[in-house]
Amino acid sequence: MTSEERASSRENLQQPGRLGEGTVATAGPTAVQKPKVSEGRRSERKLAWMLCAPAAVVMVVVTIYPIVYSILLSFQRYDLRFPNQKAWIGLANYGAVLTNSFWWHAFAVTMIITVVSVAIELVLGMALALVMHRTLIGRGTIRTLALIPYGIVTVVAAFSWQYAWTPGTGYLAQLLPAGSAPLTQQAQAIAIIILAEIWKTTPFMALLLMAGLAIVPDELQKAAAMDGASTWQRFTRVTLPLMKPAILVALLFRVLDAVRVYDNIYILTNGANGTSSLSIITYHNLIGGLNLGIGSTMSVLMFITVVIIAAIFIKGFGTAAPGSDNQGRR
Amino acid sequence: MHTSLAVGATAIMAGTLLSACGSSSSGTPTLNLYAYPEQNRPAIVQRCNQQAHGQYTIKLNILPRTADQQREQLVRRLAAGDHGMDILGLDVTWTAELAKAGWIREWTGANKQQAQNDALPAPLSTATIDGKLYAATNNTNVQLLWYRSDLVPKAPKTYNEMIAEATRLKQAGKPHYVGVTGAQYEGLVVWFNSVLAAAGGSILNKAGTKVELGAPAVTALETMHKFATSAAADPSLSNTMEDQARLAVEGGTAAMEINWPYVYASMATDKPDMLKHFKWAAIPGITGAGRATIGGENYAVSRYSDHPDQAFKAALCLRSPANQKFAAIKDGVPPTIESLYHDNTGLDASKPVDAKTNPSMATAYPMRDTILAEIKNAVARPVTATYQNVSTVTSATLSPPASINPTPTEQTLRAQIADALQSKGVLP
Repeated sequence: MTSEERASSRENLQQPGRLGEGTVATAGPTAVQKPKVSEGRRSERKLAWMLCAPAAVVMVVVTIYPIVYSILLSFQRYDLRFPNQKAWIGLANYGAVLTNSFWWHAFAVTMIITVVSVAIELVLGMALALVMHRTLIGRGTIRTLALIPYGIVTVVAAFSWQYAWTPGTGYLAQLLPAGSAPLTQQAQAIAIIILAEIWKTTPFMALLLMAGLAIVPDELQKAAAMDGASTWQRFTRVTLPLMKPAILVALLFRVLDAVRVYDNIYILTNGANGTSSLSIITYHNLIGGLNLGIGSTMSVLMFITVVIIAAIFIKGFGTAAPGSDNQGRR
Repeated sequence: MHTSLAVGATAIMAGTLLSACGSSSSGTPTLNLYAYPEQNRPAIVQRCNQQAHGQYTIKLNILPRTADQQREQLVRRLAAGDHGMDILGLDVTWTAELAKAGWIREWTGANKQQAQNDALPAPLSTATIDGKLYAATNNTNVQLLWYRSDLVPKAPKTYNEMIAEATRLKQAGKPHYVGVTGAQYEGLVVWFNSVLAAAGGSILNKAGTKVELGAPAVTALETMHKFATSAAADPSLSNTMEDQARLAVEGGTAAMEINWPYVYASMATDKPDMLKHFKWAAIPGITGAGRATIGGENYAVSRYSDHPDQAFKAALCLRSPANQKFAAIKDGVPPTIESLYHDNTGLDASKPVDAKTNPSMATAYPMRDTILAEIKNAVARPVTATYQNVSTVTSATLSPPASINPTPTEQTLRAQIADALQSKGVLP
């Protein structure tokens, strides 16, 4: 299992947990207000639990073991090349990683990629969503076309970007002054990684936002127009506030994905010239360096980063956040 | 009903798996060879299979193109105890790592004797760990100094002479760059290792257990820094790998390059008019002769091989003198067997030599004497289980070469490598 797979399986675990919390919180006050829950409701709830149980059990079985195992590994000195020197070393791995400049450099690169790419994706995705929402003719065709980049395997797309930007083989590299090899310069390479990410995931953003647009009632728009609101005012005062939950879901998904960015970088630079992201540096230590201890420590730290970001989204954005109590009642 | 179905399905699956694995154990064992892509390796495998007369069949499995991906696939499978690999084509720098981890078998007895027979000592040292032999050398490689004789009348012998020559060319308004592998990758380690050896030092001690560096390293770093800030340095030095250095000379911006011998064949194809002025010499030193860093490939036998006896025999066939000569002439990889450098017969020894139809080492390798002289004086890269870590932190610390500050850089490097040796540090 690669670190990325592991990371994504963690995310999977986390989502049902979050949704579960929401459900319990809604159920709690209801039960207090109505102490006598009818027989039918009770059996229905029991049935619901039983129906959920198999999925929950499978999820726990396939995700708990790797998570616990990697947490245990992170407290050990365990290099596959020195199996005899395996030992418990407490938090030493965390000390080594958190005081290392390569790690913080990768952290900074990841944050730059996340912030810049998600911000641009949000703007472009919104524009695309509006276009797709308003289109009258060929709706299905346009939506399908817009989704093509998202449908292409990331590694394949990354290879085509890599060839395009490599002098000698690429049509894009030929547009640059002779002798420039953008993928070998840190800033330019990061810009290309961001570009590849945006190209790839803007359609996904657009799709999520379009679902949000669909829930904005037409009557409200018409009423606002009647009151003399301009197009821009209707967008910022009517559409955006009503879409807030959809925007937050889209942002949360994309931010968590972007923090774990791996495939594009692996193909484009493989972390050369200071372009390592957290996933790439973890992979290099875990698989290239065969250092299970340090690599697992990095995986755990990435997991914590992702949890913190998710928590900020859910707590920080209040009731409109996905998974909060209000969502079901809207 | 469901249970019986499941049992049936399992039985069928198990049967398929068994038959897939079992075919080799009955008759001729199949030996899986894993090696990097080389054009004429399949022909060599075929020759060995014919000569084996049913003792074994070698199946060639081609590893990915880049060195990192090749190593990753090998170590990942070895760490998992994979029985599906028998003979491994290893870069010289991985041999120690795999040997120390206990993943490849020691060569002993008659096999060892045959592998050592007539083998050049420098390549052999990359396969010898703690006095034991862990691989048979298949090919080797050294960088040479390549220069345009129409611009540079006499090959410089030291870095100072080379920089002076570049300065002179610059003042004359002529191409003056010298291509070296200054990008942050293995090539930078090769460059540093060579300059350090010329300064009389080494990265690690002989046993590969302690950092050496010290005063010679400061001298080496001074030399690299002086070069990187002189007229000889291409502005894109910190991004130059072998191919960029080659293209700079072919494209006319560089007058010299320190590079592997493949650039000669490349020049012959790309710029045939420039070939008559394209000359070679030993790589420059600091006060005296330079010392090249050994590259190349070794064949090792996996510890998890089910047919080790046949695998040793097959590896010996793959790197036999006849096959090394074939690979040298056809694929341009320098042999590790000394007598081949004095061999004047054609590829088909029974027919007269002809550069086109029946090439010999002399026609395919005009620079073979220089290569042999360099190999005899060459140094290996550190022989340690954690070479991957040592190399990664070294190239990260020395990049870009223009910002080397000799004494502090030596101290940083010492600390980083000491951590890397313990596999304590973090890889970038």
